[in-house]
Amino acid sequence: MTDKMHIKLKVNGEDKEFLAEPRELLIYALREKLNITGPHVGCETSHCGACTVTLDGKSVKSCTMFVAQANGAEITTIEGIGEPDALHVLQESFREHHGLQCGFCTPGMITRATKLLEENPNPTEEEVRFGMAGNICRCTGYQNIVKSILSAASEINAAKEAAQ
Amino acid sequence: MIPAAFDYYRPNNMDEVIALLQEHGDDARVMAGGHSLIPMMKLRMAEVPHLIDLQSIEGLNAIEVKDGQITLGAMVTQHDLIDHDGIAAAAPILREAALQIADPQVRYMGTIGGNVANGDPGNDMPGVMQCLDAQINLVGPDGPRTVAARDYYEAAYMTDRADDEVLVSVSLSAPTGGYAYEKQKRKIGDYATAAAAVQITNSEGKVASASIAMTNLSDVPVWSEEAGAALVGTSCDTDALGAAVAAMLGDIDPSEDNRGPVAFKRHVAGVILKRAVTRAWDRA
Repeated sequence: MTDKMHIKLKVNGEDKEFLAEPRELLIYALREKLNITGPHVGCETSHCGACTVTLDGKSVKSCTMFVAQANGAEITTIEGIGEPDALHVLQESFREHHGLQCGFCTPGMITRATKLLEENPNPTEEEVRFGMAGNICRCTGYQNIVKSILSAASEINAAKEAAQ
Repeated sequence: MIPAAFDYYRPNNMDEVIALLQEHGDDARVMAGGHSLIPMMKLRMAEVPHLIDLQSIEGLNAIEVKDGQITLGAMVTQHDLIDHDGIAAAAPILREAALQIADPQVRYMGTIGGNVANGDPGNDMPGVMQCLDAQINLVGPDGPRTVAARDYYEAAYMTDRADDEVLVSVSLSAPTGGYAYEKQKRKIGDYATAAAAVQITNSEGKVASASIAMTNLSDVPVWSEEAGAALVGTSCDTDALGAAVAAMLGDIDPSEDNRGPVAFKRHVAGVILKRAVTRAWDRA
């Protein structure tokens, strides 16, 4: 066993410090050291996207990153997107359009979708499917996930126009 | 999944990286985005007692496009490449290939350097770099040296790079003419069953030059000089396509795996090459 490292992260706006072995995967540091259990462990092989977080502005699969690599990074998880009584537009839209059934993939889906809409605020259906290709859902058949994201995009754009 | 324990280093300059590699020999490895190495470490198919993370080394993530010359730093991610307007204009085949690698999350982390350096036959960029006749720039204890991508790959995961050398960039002349990277895969995130990189130039309706490389159809990427030569002087008609495919099939050596038996892979390779040449010729 190697020495533990002093890790500093900023997660959902809060500074966090803890000791961890460098080999610990970021997803386990988030879930077990910091009790941030929104990002899920799905396949643990970089395929399913349930562990997706935003790290320094990139959507990443936190099962495929050592906590040592993430040291110093700023991270947003589903816990940093909306509040139970003030949902994010995407969360509201997933609820409205039945973008989830069991809900296991949803934190990863919504975290990825926030970044997708940030980079491409007005995507076509094809662009949504391509941009969400790293997230797997076994319930919905994706139709309603795509619908939810497209609807959230129009809502965000309409709000922006109204504000101008 | 818990990989074997390791000491972690995040040096700021290449001298430190080389010193660590010399000190620890086989026990040390550099890591770029980690999206090939970490899965192998999680499966304990790779054990790396000393892991050297390249993320803090300055200059490794630069993309330069100047006077028809392109240089891609080793830490340039597939996402950076897709997002770069200069690359889209100067070498659109790079963008077309990068878009077919894995999925968005993986493309934010996966790098050109890792993809090219690793020597995994499934990686897409080695074939693209052979098609484009790119140069691979290495740095080691004796300073920098350059190897042609067409001479770099020796066997699966075996390359011309010495253990104490690091791939720092890839450079190439901006290609001219039509291009295509055509890839058949079973699902998003899978390696190619077969893929083809093609660059073609057109002079008054005839092929003036053609370069063809194939991915995941041997234990190394396959630049098929004869397949390209079979197209030169033709108008890419059915006979010429057939001759190029026949030449390519003489150069590949696929093995059976869960993507299918050898006969199937050879069939798919032919289909993919025809599609790639046809699309590249349309754009030439």
